[in-house]
Amino acid sequence: MAKPKISSDWLGGCSGCHMSFLDLDERLLDVFALTDIRATPITDLKHPDEDGVDVGLLEGCINNSAHIEVAKMMRERCKILVAFGDCAVFGGVPAMRNFFDLDEVMRCGYINTISTDSEGMVPTDPELAVPQRVQSLNEVVKVDVFLPGCPPSADAIYYTLTELAQGRIPLITGDYLNWH
Amino acid sequence: MATQKITIEPVTRIEGHAKITIRMNDDGTVDHAYLHINEFRGFEKFCEGRLLSEMAYITPRICGICPISHHLAAAKATDAVLGMTPPRPANLLRELMHMGQIIQSHSLHFFELAGPDLLLGFDADPAVRNVVGLVDLDEGLTVKAIQLRKYGQEIIAALGGRKIHPTFVVPGGVNKALTSDQRDTILEGIEQSIATTKVGLDIIKNWAAENKKDIDRFAVFPTGYMSLVTPENGLELYDGKAKLIGSDGNEIVKFEGNDYLDHIAEHVENWSYLKFPYYKPMGYPEGSYRVGPLGRLNVAEKLDTPMASEEHKLFKQLNDGKPVENTLLYHYARMIEVLFCIERVQMLLDDKDILSTDILNTKKDFKGEGVGMLEAPRGTLFHHYKADENEKLTMVNLIVSTGHNNYAMSHSVDMVAKEYINGHEVTEGILNRVEAAVRAHDPCLSCSTHAVGQMPIIINFEDTAGNIVKTIKRD
Repeated sequence: MAKPKISSDWLGGCSGCHMSFLDLDERLLDVFALTDIRATPITDLKHPDEDGVDVGLLEGCINNSAHIEVAKMMRERCKILVAFGDCAVFGGVPAMRNFFDLDEVMRCGYINTISTDSEGMVPTDPELAVPQRVQSLNEVVKVDVFLPGCPPSADAIYYTLTELAQGRIPLITGDYLNWH
Repeated sequence: MATQKITIEPVTRIEGHAKITIRMNDDGTVDHAYLHINEFRGFEKFCEGRLLSEMAYITPRICGICPISHHLAAAKATDAVLGMTPPRPANLLRELMHMGQIIQSHSLHFFELAGPDLLLGFDADPAVRNVVGLVDLDEGLTVKAIQLRKYGQEIIAALGGRKIHPTFVVPGGVNKALTSDQRDTILEGIEQSIATTKVGLDIIKNWAAENKKDIDRFAVFPTGYMSLVTPENGLELYDGKAKLIGSDGNEIVKFEGNDYLDHIAEHVENWSYLKFPYYKPMGYPEGSYRVGPLGRLNVAEKLDTPMASEEHKLFKQLNDGKPVENTLLYHYARMIEVLFCIERVQMLLDDKDILSTDILNTKKDFKGEGVGMLEAPRGTLFHHYKADENEKLTMVNLIVSTGHNNYAMSHSVDMVAKEYINGHEVTEGILNRVEAAVRAHDPCLSCSTHAVGQMPIIINFEDTAGNIVKTIKRD
C-alpha cells in the first residue's frame, strides 16, 4: 500500500502548531517513514497535489480573502481535513479582534500607533488580501477532525497523524484534548 | 510607466503570507519589484482593555517560532509600567529561557529550513530538498540537528512547563525556581550541543568558501545595523541599550528602550501590511537599517564567551573590521550566535544565584507607561504599553524584529530583479535569486513565520490588457 499523503498549510496563526509538529523530534523520522509528506510550510512543494492527498492540516483562523482560497483548495484536494490547533478550531487569540470594528483595528495598526510616522495609511493595494471578520475553519469549509490546543501537544499530533496514517479517525480525548 | 506585471506567488514557503510583483517597462526593463507582506492581525488594537498581566500570555501568540521573545518583552514592559524590579535570580532565569529560545530558533532555521539548500544544494529536486531529504542524505547529522533544537526547547520547557507558549513570567519575576536536577540535566546536554554547533559552523564555512562568488554578488549593499549591546559594546541579547551603527561601522546613536520613539519611526507603504521602521533623524528610506544575527555581529565589538569570541574575530576579518554586508552570511552569523548562547547557558547555570528561590519582587511603584526591549532571534523587539490605575491597557505599540529588515528585504528583491531581468526572458536562475533574497533574512513575518527550502513560484507575464501572455512555473 502506498504511504498516505499528508499536506498542510498555515492561515491566520502564529505557526506554533507547526512548531509543535517539529517538537516530535526523533519521532519525526517515524512519521516520515509512515507517511508521504507533500506540500507543507517545511517542504518545497507548493500546493496540495492536484490529484489529491489523504490528509490535509490547516493551522490558523480565517481572517482574509487569501485564507479562504487556501482553505477551499485544501478542502477540495484532501480526503480528511484536520482543523489544526485552537485558531483553526474556533478562531483562537486572533479572533479577539472581532470585538472591535475592523476599520478601527486597521487604523490603529497603520495610522494611530505611536511610532507610525505622519504619512501612515491603511494599505489598500489590490495585490494585498482583504481582511475580514475572523472565522474558524469550519465556518468556511467542512472539517473532519478537530485537534485543539494552543498549540496541540506533540503527543497529540503524533497520535492524530499515526491514527490517520493507518486509516483510523483519531478520537481526541484525555491528555490529547486541551484548549490552552 | 509600468506596462507589464510579473507576479511571484506565493512566496509562502519563506513565511506564509508574502508575494512579489515586478512591474515592467515597455522596453523590458524592471520599473520596480515589490515584496508584499500579506497578513494583518491587529494585536495592537485588540489588546486594549486587557489586563497588563495577560500580555505575556496573549502576545506570544503573535509568533509560535519565537514566542519567548514576546513572553519576555511583555514581561519587561509590564514590569516597567508597574514599577516592579525582578530580583537578580529571576532575571537570570528569564535570560536562560531566552538562550533556549535562540538555540532552538536558530538551529531550526539553519538545519531544517536553510539546511536543505546548503547541504542538498539550491538546484536539488524540490521534491526532496527539505528536512525529509536531509534524513536520506545524512540521518546521523539530521538527528543531531533535531536534538540541538530539542535542547533549546527543553530548556524552555524545564522553566515554563512546555515548549511553545509556556507560562513562566509574572510581573516582578517568574513563577518557578530552577531545581538542581533540572540544572544538571541541562548541563549534561551542553557538550553534544556544542559539538553539533561546530559541525554547523564547518558546514557554513565550507559552503561560504565554495560559493564565494555568489555570496559577493548577491544582495550586497550598505545599510546601518542595530542591536542591543553590553555597557562595553559586547553582544547582548536580553537587556541593555540599543546601538545603531552606520554603514561605515561607526556609532550613530545608543539609546535606552524608554527613548525609542526619539530614534525610531515606522513608515507605511500602501503595498505591504508590514511597516518599515527607520532611524528618525535620517528619514525614510535613508534611515533604514538591518537587524538579526548579521546586524548584531556587525554592531558587537566582542562576544563575551570564549569559543564564540574566537569565531566572532574570524567573522570580523571578512570585511577588515567593517560591517559584513553579504546577505547570505546571515547563516554564518546565526551559527556563531548559537555557540554564544550555549556558552551563556553554561555561565548562567554556573551562577551562584541560579537555584535561588528569590524569584519574585512584589513591590510596586506604578508608572503607567513602559517599554520592553530585547533581541529576539531575528532582531530587536519593542513592546510599549500604557495602562490605567486598574492595570488595564490603554495603549499598545509593537515593533517586531522582522519589520526592521523589511526595507532591506524589499530592496534586495528590487535589486536582484533589476540586475537580472532584462527583456522579457526570465530564467529559472532569476527565480532562485529572488527567493534567496528574501529567505536569507530569515523573515519571520507573522512576527512571523518561516518557510523552508525553496519557494514554489508561478510567474505570469501579463500584457497591458491584463491577459496572461506567458507563464513560468516551478513547484
